[in-house]
Amino acid sequence: MNIEPQIVVGLTELRKLSDFIRYKYNFDFSHYAVASFQRRIMRVMEIHKLNTIDDLIKKLAASVTFYDDFLKEITVNTTEMFRDPSLWRALRENILPELKNKTTIRIWHAGCSSGEEIYSMAILLKEAGFNGNVKIWATDINSNVIETAKEGKYPIRNMELNEANYSRFEGVATLKNYYIEKDGFAFMDKNLLNNVTFKIHNLANKEVFCKFDLIMCRNVLIYFDKVLQDDVFKLFHESLNRHAYFVIGSKESMIWSSISNKFKLINDREKIYQALI
Amino acid sequence: MTKNIKVIIIGGSAGSFTVVANILKELPKNFNIPIIMCLHRLKHIREGFVEALQLKSNLPVVEPYDKEKIKAGVVYLAPANYHMLVEYTQTIGLSTEEMVNFSRPSIDLTFQTAAGAYRSNCVGIILSGANRDGAKGLKFLKEHGGTAVIQTPEDCKVDTMPKAAKAITTIDYEFTTDQIIDYLKKLTS
Repeated sequence: MNIEPQIVVGLTELRKLSDFIRYKYNFDFSHYAVASFQRRIMRVMEIHKLNTIDDLIKKLAASVTFYDDFLKEITVNTTEMFRDPSLWRALRENILPELKNKTTIRIWHAGCSSGEEIYSMAILLKEAGFNGNVKIWATDINSNVIETAKEGKYPIRNMELNEANYSRFEGVATLKNYYIEKDGFAFMDKNLLNNVTFKIHNLANKEVFCKFDLIMCRNVLIYFDKVLQDDVFKLFHESLNRHAYFVIGSKESMIWSSISNKFKLINDREKIYQALI
Repeated sequence: MTKNIKVIIIGGSAGSFTVVANILKELPKNFNIPIIMCLHRLKHIREGFVEALQLKSNLPVVEPYDKEKIKAGVVYLAPANYHMLVEYTQTIGLSTEEMVNFSRPSIDLTFQTAAGAYRSNCVGIILSGANRDGAKGLKFLKEHGGTAVIQTPEDCKVDTMPKAAKAITTIDYEFTTDQIIDYLKKLTS
């Protein structure tokens, strides 16, 4: 959907809005990256035909359901299967062999969105011969997208790009082996979710809930400011086993983080890090 | 009167590569204003573009990381499959949100956020291109006090983009590639 906001929301108004949301719903937007947050707010106002911040605040005050929808629209949920195919090749060729001898491999998709990356991981693991000894946690702040991920139902028009990515990933067959097509949708093979646990989780709350061998968090932290980013890097560090792996987006970086010295960048192009301590 | 220009924003699509290459070839090493470029490109090809521009340029050309500080004399190129935003802290912000005008990166997004951050201290230039991306961004930039420039339609390989911008905004300057180069050089002298 191509939505071009017409209304301009100033920084003072943005602050008023985030103060209200923190007071009413105990959710803190104050450490979101301002330019993208501002744009998302203007986009939501355009969708709901709201002209002022006060109109938006009134609607948020009146309805929890509206707040849930609002949260879904504010967070960016665009994703692809096998986005950056070269990363998935690197995981297959360099990272999985290192994990192969573990009794149980624990993987966390932090900010799993509508689930495309979870299915990509499940397919990668299946093709690499990993069976029952993998446990995947998929978390997101947003319950709506988690439902989409569980359902594994995607518009068939999206599959062309996913297929192209899979083909560049050089998978063993075709993506068509993993879904059936019906009524304009692709229904993913539910068996791919056998080892997946879904959970609602807000990264900003800094809750450690398990220790992992691999954490995937690509293009999620770009919507936070440096302060919150750093808190989340610390959370990940606490959530990783020694020598475990951590992946961020190809254009994200840990160089500004206060704990960058606790990680070693082992693949610069794909931004694969390894926890040192 | 010349405004105090702190940033130059360039948007281009089909037919803009040669123009950008020529501009970068002519700008001197000591050019001390940051240049932020959003050029339409293939989503899945991450390599090659910045390298090709670097070969022509006296200034460093980078595809910035999220949160990278904007520095004078550096050319920032929007990376493949990301929108490139300009934050109020004069840093780069990247986004993977929905395509705008069928584009990611979208020129409108770069222009709008740059105008928000730099107000009257920015120049926006729309080059050759086959769609309408950038028109609303340039309008927004102009409304916030920035200077609106387009490549002269007759000088463009594809003139849809500058014409779309001109249709909705009062343009300060229509320039050929050579005039753009002269204009930019004068900004730092």
